[in-house]
This record gives sequence, structure tokens and C-alpha cells, in this order.
Amino acid sequence: MKTNFLKATLVVVMIAGLFESCKPKNSSNAVSADAAQKAYVAPGKYDEFYNFVSGGFSGQMSVYGLPSGRMLKVIPVFSVDPESGWGFSEETKPMLNTSRGFVPWDDSHHTELSQTNGEIDGRWCFINGNNTPRVARIDLKRFKTAEIIELPNSAGNHSSPFITENTEYVVAGTRFGVPEDYKNGDLPINTYKENFKAHISFIKVEKETGHMDIAFQLRLPGVNFDLSHAGKGKSHGWFFFTCYNTEQANTLLEVNASQKDKDFIMAVNWKKAEEYIKAGKGRKEKARYASNRWNDETHTATSTIKEDVLVLDVNELKDICYMMPCPKSPHGCDVDPTGEYIVGSGKLAALIPVFSFDKMTKAIAKKDFEGDYQGIPVLKYNSVLYGEVQKPGLGPLHTEFDGKGNAITSFFVSSELVKWNIKDLKVLDRVPTYYSVGHLCIPGGDTKKPSPKYVIAYNKITKDRFLPTGPELTQSAQIYDISGDKMQLILDFPTIGEPHYAQAAPADLIRNNGQLKIYNINDNKHPRVAKGEKETKVVREGNNVHVYMTMIRSHFSPDNIEGIKVGDNVYFHVTNLEQDWDVPHGFSIRRAPTAELLVMPGETATLFWKATEVGMVPFYCTDFCSALHQEMQGYIRVSPAGSNVPISYSLGTNLPASSK
Amino acid sequence: MKNQKISTLSKVLLLLTTALFIGSLFVPMWRIELEAPQYPEGLVLQLHANKIAGDVDIINGLNHYIGMATLHTENFFEFKVLPFVFGIFALVALLMVFIAKRSGVLALFIAFIVFVVVAAIDFYRWNYEYGHNLDPNAAIKVPGMAYQPPLIGYKELLNFGAYSIPDLGGWMLTIAGMLLFFITLKEYKFNKN
Repeated sequence: MKTNFLKATLVVVMIAGLFESCKPKNSSNAVSADAAQKAYVAPGKYDEFYNFVSGGFSGQMSVYGLPSGRMLKVIPVFSVDPESGWGFSEETKPMLNTSRGFVPWDDSHHTELSQTNGEIDGRWCFINGNNTPRVARIDLKRFKTAEIIELPNSAGNHSSPFITENTEYVVAGTRFGVPEDYKNGDLPINTYKENFKAHISFIKVEKETGHMDIAFQLRLPGVNFDLSHAGKGKSHGWFFFTCYNTEQANTLLEVNASQKDKDFIMAVNWKKAEEYIKAGKGRKEKARYASNRWNDETHTATSTIKEDVLVLDVNELKDICYMMPCPKSPHGCDVDPTGEYIVGSGKLAALIPVFSFDKMTKAIAKKDFEGDYQGIPVLKYNSVLYGEVQKPGLGPLHTEFDGKGNAITSFFVSSELVKWNIKDLKVLDRVPTYYSVGHLCIPGGDTKKPSPKYVIAYNKITKDRFLPTGPELTQSAQIYDISGDKMQLILDFPTIGEPHYAQAAPADLIRNNGQLKIYNINDNKHPRVAKGEKETKVVREGNNVHVYMTMIRSHFSPDNIEGIKVGDNVYFHVTNLEQDWDVPHGFSIRRAPTAELLVMPGETATLFWKATEVGMVPFYCTDFCSALHQEMQGYIRVSPAGSNVPISYSLGTNLPASSK
Repeated sequence: MKNQKISTLSKVLLLLTTALFIGSLFVPMWRIELEAPQYPEGLVLQLHANKIAGDVDIINGLNHYIGMATLHTENFFEFKVLPFVFGIFALVALLMVFIAKRSGVLALFIAFIVFVVVAAIDFYRWNYEYGHNLDPNAAIKVPGMAYQPPLIGYKELLNFGAYSIPDLGGWMLTIAGMLLFFITLKEYKFNKN
């Protein structure tokens, strides 16, 4: 009895041990010895690539160096940034203006570098605002947001800001079907099918200035447009969008929008759309959206509200859009460097369909349709399919290309990257991600000419990868070396927000693009600039007081200001007189309910401050500018509302009691 | 009389000297390079015949910490005179091609040497003036410290290392002087008959 019990215990322990030894090895085993060397960039040395990463729900864009994963900058885009004064200074406030007024936050998902001939040209980076539908253009000479355009008739600007191969257009497709902005939205929600529409905007980008304007919108049935990519090379002239919820559910989408075996990749012939517009087939409709542009000479943004938009109704203009059936609520929509293969990633699928552009155009010519979806022709799956990658993994999301005939696809559910060959559709290699990768990025991996040195995985779950920081953990990305046949994990690095799509470009392409070091003060056309200490002054205009102030190492001019009264609206127009690299100055006022200003050499910025109580108000420089930075300070004297203390200002004169 | 006339080679060299004098008007003659931990890319002052160039504004901005006077082209009469001096040297060198007297070349050479010596003394004087005549209210005061840049060569001035060396124009003038020396030597030493 006793021995039997012991034997049984022994067997149980041995079996348990056997199972334990069968468990997959933990991640530390996946890192080989030379990984550190591959990700190491010595102090003072530069990274090989810039990585422009969407800031997710931070609303900003972050910039990292690869392969070190070192953060270089967070560029404020859609969200206010008290650190730089973005959205707080008078000059930057118009950048965050919308048709509904000032919006201080957004959720930014995808970045896209501008291209010429299908290659990254290093001029601009576009990024989408998801929540308040917007697209921003970031100027890569200044690493600063230069323009933001709002999108009417849209909600959840997700399939954006993907571009054509010469940056002719940036697209913005709505994730939510919604009634048009100027239709009555006070409707029962379950009238979705009749009343909800989806719109895709084509934003024209002016070749020299980069200025954005909505060229036209396509009016489509109310489905959820998810992601997109433009055709390139032979398929230039076409744009491809994935969509889900073709069931048109308006509640419990996770069940109700997952009913159909196949949703669609919609192919848009935008050259055809252009022809229709030329033929006068577009309709100008009432709309309301903001176009905000930064001017580098006045260092000021202006916001213009536009009142109409050109709409093409796809139901009336039949040969612009075609539907290609794609399994299981497709997410990523990626076009290979040749422009021939279109990869759809059904997020619930266990295979990856690859579509052929040539087969698609033939099928369209032969009208090889299986029917239509609310008036849009649906092509036969087998007529447009090049082939399927079998058993690649679970939950494919996105695909990037290495330019050597291979594709790498991210798998959220099975938490891995899988490399496969485009021609024979065979899986070549797979590596785990930690954990549950969303987007991935190969430098130039969605262009005609990738630089296939690394692939970066942007993960949705971090768990135990870094030191814990309470319930909210850091976001993370991982770098894999893909220069050999096998993908090799070389580094984890933390990111801001939740990183979605990202772009990367060779470092030299960006840093030799004519980047600025300073703003030339002689080109400063700010209406209230002071180009030297002699031009500084304090001017009262009724209740408004304008302070024309300068900063230079290490003093403000003026730094003693008297005659401000309670109730005054004070505008500090602060010019940084420095003309030397890396000498910004900061400007902060005690208890200011706004933010500081961070002013670059040669720039002018304005902080509005209301004098609310009698007293002495110090201000100082926040950016350590020299050995005497701590001396860079001043005082504002605030007198009662009816006081007769005159406006006076000075620098360097320790006056005896100046007021009577 | 006849043997005082200079050779064709000397005339060609005189033409070259003329060109060098004229050329030096268009390029910087002298440079003072400054290096500091905060300026890994370096700063440079370039002295042309007619102006100060380079990172003048940045250097003027930094000078206020030690109370050094700011540099402005208009404060130096030399920049008004030097272009004429070089112009005259060029003109005389050109005239010598036609006059072709070896005594004339000798006189030109001596004049040039005198000019170099006077210029060096003048340069030293300015360096001394700027390096010593400091604002007593300056933020940084190091007892006994002067900030006189070297006449030529390297010197450490607080966190800055200063190199004072000829620039392209300076080398052109050096070659011009060497050519004059060579012509004089050739005409007097090797052309005795």
C-alpha cells in the first residue's frame, strides 16, 4: 500500500517533470550572443536609420535611432505639449484648431514618409489623427509639424495617411460609417444601413510646398475602412483599402461584424476619379473643416475654415471602385515593391491571400464579377487571387517587404513574425515577438526600394519584458536583424504612447536633407519680433499689454517690467536672439496657468498671461543656456486695477525706487 | 646698364606675384580657430583684407562673459587700408615686368618685408588690446588671466583652445614673398655678368 503510494507519487513527479521539460524555452534563449554587438552604437556615433513611430494615444510622433533604439525626439503633432508650448503659445494655437474649435488631443496611428518615384525622399512625414479626423504633415528639415488638415464626413480616420508613389495624394478613409456632417444625425442607430455612409478623402499634396487640400471624397456604403496602401510601378493609379463590417452591424461588432466568411479589399482607380472630376461629375457639397498651416518666416500658424468639399458618389460612378473578396475581416493591406502583389491580412484568418494586380485588371476588363456589393462590382475571389500562404500563423495583421522577393507578416494571436517568399508562397522563417505584435516596419518596407537591414516589431503587450512600473507598463518595440536568412532578435526598446505603424529611412537621407540648425533672425517676419535689444519695448493698448522681449545668453531684455495692472491681458512676444546651434531659451512665468515657451534661435513666440492679482511676479529661463543660466530671470510688478504706476521697463539699471 | 634688366623667367614670376597679390584680396588671409567642449564643430574667425568673417556673432556673444570687447569690421582702420596696400603691391609688381630693373624688384621685396613686419606688430597689438583690455564688470574674472590669442600657433584660453594660422590668402602672400625673394636672389646672385 505504502510502496504503491510512493511509486504513484514518483510517477506523477516524473510526468510533471517531463511536461515541464517540454515547455518552450523562455525568451532569453532566443537572443544569441552577438545581439548586443549588432544593436550597439558607441557613444558619439550615429545610428544607421531614423525610425518615425506613431505615438498612438499620445497623439504625437516619436523619433528613434536604429539599431540602438535610442529616442531622439518626440514631435508634438495633435496633442498639446506644455514642454515646448505647442498648443499654448499664441502662434501654435491655430495648429490645433478644428471646425469645432480647439482640440488638444488625438490618437495617431500611422506614419508615412513622402516619396518620389516610389522611394523615400526625406522631405515630410505624414501622420493621421484618428479621433478628430485629421492628417498632419511634419517637415523633416525642422522636425516640426507644418500643417494639419481636418476631414469632413469622417469618424475614426484609420486608413490614413497612406500615399501614392510621388506623394500626389495622401488618403484618409473613415473607420466608422456615419451620416454625412450636414445631414441630420439625430436618427435611430439601427437605421445604419440606410443612413450611414463611409467616405474616403483624397488629399492633394502640392509638389513644392507640401500644402494639403482635399481634392475629392468618395462616398461609399457604410462599412469600416481599415487600412490601405497605394499601388506602385505598374499599379500606380490604383489604391487598395481593406474593409470590414460589410455586415453593416451597428452593435456588438466583435460578433456581428465577424459573420461573413469574406469581407473586401476595395481597389480604387483614382486616375478614373480624376477623369470624372475633369468631366464635371463631382458635386461640391457643403462641409466644414479646418486647414492649418505653419509659416516659417512669421513663426506663426494660420487656421482657415473651408466650407465645401468635392464628392464623387461611387453608386453613380460605377467604374472607380471594385471589391476583391478577402477572408475574415481583413486588416493590413500591403503592396509589394513591384506593385503586382497585394497582400490582405484577415485578422481572424489562418492563411494569407495574395492578390495579383494583373489578374485583377484582366478580371475587370472581362467583367468577371460574382455580383455587386451595394452597387460596387465584386470580383471573383479565384479570378484575382495569386495564391494563399498556407498555415503561416494565427491572426495576420500587417506585411512589409524586404525587396529581395520576401515578405514579413506580423501575427498578433500567435505573437510572431513570419517571413515568406512572395513567388512560391512558402514560409521561410519565423521568430517569436514579446508579445503580440501589431504593426511592423522595415526601412522603406512599403516602398519600391526597401533597405532590408532590420525589421522592427511594435508590440501590443509588454508584460514581463521590462522592470515593472505598476499597472501601466511601458510600450515596447523589438528590433530583428534580417540581413541574413534567419531573423534574429537583437534589442527590445520602450516607446511612448502605443506604437502603431512606423516608417524608417537611412540616416544620411534625412540628416542631409538640408536640415536647419537655427532660424536666421534676418528672415524673421513675426509682426512683433524684436531683432535686437534696442527694439524691445512694452506697449499698452487699452487692457492689452504687448511686451517685445529678447533673450540672449544670459538675460532677458527687458527684465524689469512695471505698470502692469490687475485685469491686463499681457502678451509676451519673446525673440531668441541667438544665432548659434543648440542654444534655445525657455520662458516661464510664476503660476502661469498655461505652459512655458521654448524658443529656438532666431524664433519669436508669444505667451498670453492674464494679470489676476497684485504682487511681484518672477519669470526665468528654463533651458540651461550658459554658466550664468541661473541668473537669467526678471520681475513683473502687478499693481491694482486703478493704479497710476506708468508702464516702464529696463535692463541693467538698478534703479532706486522707481515709483512715487 | 643692360645687365640690370631682369630675365624673361623673372618677368613671368612677377606676373604670377601680381596675380597672387590680387587673388589674396578675395580670400581670407588669416584664421583663428577656436575649439571647446561645447563647440566640437569648432568656431573660426577669418581675417580678410577688408573684413572679419566667420562665426563673428557667436564669438562676440561668448566674449561678453570675460568682458572682451566685441569685434566689428568698422572698428579697424586696417580693413580700409589693406586692400589698397595689396593693390599697390600688385600694381608695382606688374610695373616691374615692364620697367624690368632688378633694383626695382629688390626695393619691392624690401617693401614687402617691411609690410609683413609692420602687419605682425599691428596684429600683435590688437591681440594684446583685445586680450587685456577687459570690462571690469565681466561675469568671469580669473586673476592674472589674459585672453590674448597667439600671434601664430596654439594657446589655451580657459575652456577654448585657439589656433592662429595663415588662411589661403596668407599662404598666397607667403608664396608672393618667396617669389620676390627668389627673383631678387636670381637677378643679383646668379646674373652677375
